[in-house]
Amino acid sequence: MQSRLPILIFALIMAAIPFVPGMPPFWIVLLDNIGLAALVAMGLVLLTGVGGLTSFGQAAFVGFGAYTTAVLSTAYGMSPWLTLPMSLVVSGLLAVLLGLVTVRLSGHYLPLGTLAWGLGLFYLFSKLEFLGRNDGISAIPPLSIGSFKMLSPGSIYYAIWVAVIVSALLTMNLLDSRTGRAIRALRRGHVAAEAFGVHTPRAKMLVFIHAAVLAGLSGWLYAHLQRAVNPTPFGAQAGIEYLFIAVVGGAGYVWGGVLGAALVVVLKEVLQSYLPLILPGSGQVETIVFGIMLVALLQLAPGGVWPWLMSFLPQRTNGKKPDTSLKLEQRTRSPGQSSVLLQVEKARKQFGGVVAVNNVSFDVQAREIVALIGPNGAGKSTTFNLITGVLSASSGSISVLGNKVDRAPPQEIVKLGISRTFQHVKLVPDMTVLENVAIGAHLRGHSGPISSMLRLDRADEAKLLAEAARQIERVGLGDQMHHLAGSLSLGQQRIVEIARALCVDPMLLLLDEPAAGLRHMEKQQLATLLRELRDGGMSVLLVEHDMGFVMNLADRIVVLDFGTKIAEGTPATIKTNPEVIKAYLGVAA
Amino acid sequence: MNTTIMLFLLQDGITNGAIYALLGLALVLVFAVTRVILIPQGEFVTYGALTYASLAAGQMPGTAKLALALGIGAFAFDLFAARKALHGRLILRSIVTNIVLPAIVLALTVYFAAQKPPVAVCIALSLVIVAMIGLFLYRIAFQPLAHTSVLVLLIASVGVHLALQGLGLLFFGAEGQRGPAVLSGSFTAGALRFTGQSITVYGITIAFIVGLWLFFGLTLYGKALRATAVNRLGARLVGIRTTLSGQIAFLLASVIGALSGIMIVPITTLYYDSGFLIGLKGFVAAIIGGLVSYPLTAVAALVVGIVEAFSSFYASNYKEVIVFMLLIPVLLLRSLAAPAVEEEKD
Repeated sequence: MQSRLPILIFALIMAAIPFVPGMPPFWIVLLDNIGLAALVAMGLVLLTGVGGLTSFGQAAFVGFGAYTTAVLSTAYGMSPWLTLPMSLVVSGLLAVLLGLVTVRLSGHYLPLGTLAWGLGLFYLFSKLEFLGRNDGISAIPPLSIGSFKMLSPGSIYYAIWVAVIVSALLTMNLLDSRTGRAIRALRRGHVAAEAFGVHTPRAKMLVFIHAAVLAGLSGWLYAHLQRAVNPTPFGAQAGIEYLFIAVVGGAGYVWGGVLGAALVVVLKEVLQSYLPLILPGSGQVETIVFGIMLVALLQLAPGGVWPWLMSFLPQRTNGKKPDTSLKLEQRTRSPGQSSVLLQVEKARKQFGGVVAVNNVSFDVQAREIVALIGPNGAGKSTTFNLITGVLSASSGSISVLGNKVDRAPPQEIVKLGISRTFQHVKLVPDMTVLENVAIGAHLRGHSGPISSMLRLDRADEAKLLAEAARQIERVGLGDQMHHLAGSLSLGQQRIVEIARALCVDPMLLLLDEPAAGLRHMEKQQLATLLRELRDGGMSVLLVEHDMGFVMNLADRIVVLDFGTKIAEGTPATIKTNPEVIKAYLGVAA
Repeated sequence: MNTTIMLFLLQDGITNGAIYALLGLALVLVFAVTRVILIPQGEFVTYGALTYASLAAGQMPGTAKLALALGIGAFAFDLFAARKALHGRLILRSIVTNIVLPAIVLALTVYFAAQKPPVAVCIALSLVIVAMIGLFLYRIAFQPLAHTSVLVLLIASVGVHLALQGLGLLFFGAEGQRGPAVLSGSFTAGALRFTGQSITVYGITIAFIVGLWLFFGLTLYGKALRATAVNRLGARLVGIRTTLSGQIAFLLASVIGALSGIMIVPITTLYYDSGFLIGLKGFVAAIIGGLVSYPLTAVAALVVGIVEAFSSFYASNYKEVIVFMLLIPVLLLRSLAAPAVEEEKD
């Protein structure tokens, strides 16, 4: 939880600015423009910087907001305050439509796709009769409260900055919540998030709508500030400009959006008004200098200006320990349930001609530690992916407690009480250990985005964080709780993954090489922990290369080689099994 | 509609489509190798076209001076980057490519511009000038950012686009220009009239596609470029200089851009800011091609050209809307067909 104090001071300063004697009215106009751009940039921070979805199309949403109120308040004479919800709803709905098409696009299709519809919509604005074609719509009524009309830039100033500060607060609240963690996990790929029940397409759609609504708000304010709209400010150039406002400011930070807006708007203004004095005559010198300065700025601070500024402030580890007395509901484990927890039957996975897993069958009983071993490329991780729904089997079946789960997506598997860690650590490096682990408890919380924004989620949130803190202490990383996950050693990151998996309150824990990168003592602690878990009623299936670790820990071992099961049994029988020795050591010719 | 109009539109579409195909190929190439989404590709087109038209009209194009200025900048960057290990050969090489070469070209341009040079000389000079601009731009703007995210590269690319477009206005003014046909003369086949210019466009496009295919398939440099595209770190580990790959990609892209410009400026009037839209249509093709496939990009470009020609006939007001909205169904198909692959960013 960040302190609210700096925001309050900022709000007071902004409120006081118009009263500064001798403040040139022109500066107020600039501040208005900064506020408008900051709203859009803030949406982009969430969308692009945090969620990893690059959009060039935000200007089009500003256009939707502006045109909605322009049409409704001129042609239908509606009050601007009534058109506000309409503007937001129109932007939001169109975001849903466009989002359905674009959000699923991966990687670089997404920015290009948004660029394409951004352009298309711009041309549509300039061709449609009822939007006034290229001339746009003029004589839009001003905002008014009673008989007070916000005609001057100084009077609408407050409306704009109240919108900016409120939006910033709501956005920051959203980021610091259950939904926010799901959004922040998006940028690091979707497999890890989905393994803990996050519905990634839904989370992407959510940020897309959030950004669009903020842009629509900016458009609504813009229409009533200018009292006229035309297509020019909603074109592709503007869309690109919003994006670089966010990037220059620092795409991962809400206040970076505001700072970026201030930098870019002021820079453009300064260039436009002073450059002709230095280099008279020639036309677009300011564009040239602006372009060059943009590239120079990126070369000096590729992460944006805000994080660069923040690095000068003293670092605080701003963590108070969550109150671990709060408890989440536990999974009900019926005592009469069948003892076979997981049944893998003739599971097969083919990638083209390669058979990665070849008709493998085994099971995991309740309260049992089973190890899956085999040389590299034996199909162990693929088997894990089949069980957890990341991949679906080409044939064969997998059942949990007697129910077939062959085609179930990862989000369904984790609901059944199967959680996992990854061979290649999949944590969000710029989130704290606590936040990373709390993703594991995602399905055990219930607050949605709206209640998160309004801070109605605190009771739910406190329980989630308490559970996360408990599991972190259980795995022995209590001291690192508030460190960034990326700052931990690889071995510790693996342990963090185990804590995250434990947050699911699982019946079966799948560990992919948990001991890799651990020191001897740490391995012993891990083994102790896993035995405790088993004795507490949990089952563990693990892939591991450290034979000493496996032989001392596992109740039963399944050996794979080239995708085929070659042996199964207790550690003692596996050690002497000739097939296993052949697979690991080869045979003398 | 009768067959003549249809054939005429088709021909028009294919001619434009061929240009979009070339640009699309260049975009794919640059993106694959350097991860830069090359917005300034459009400026390469206008620079090539307007340099050519200016030279042909006996005017001195400002781009030649820009090349020298950028060259000096690139030299400064080279010196700064190598400041800890400066040695004579390195400095000499940097001086020759970054300063001596553009200086010679500038001298030649000044010499020829005064005497309305023949078409071939105009083409050669424009190509060399724009090629150098592309090369030096990579050194100055993109090479220092090579390690950053696609997003940062993209924004830098926008910055370069803005600067180049502003410079374009400075060099060529707000007036549009047309250039002389590369190949004059024409013949008719049935109802269709083929001009030498359109034949040139087809010929050069095909030659480039075949050339690129041979380059990537058969030459060591081509293979190095492909290796860089697949895995930068891996390429570096086996000794491929990734900066060299980036330079080659930008060189090819700027040459392709300039050549496209030279081929269209006799057909349509180009303005200093026309490049952006032309480049974007190349983009549309490149996206349809998935930013990876050259043949698919070429086919898509033809489709874009033909759709544009037909929509400008039927619904000229909505021409651009239709072309850019063409992407939506393609993207939809792609997202439905795309497997859920894991992607690690940053």
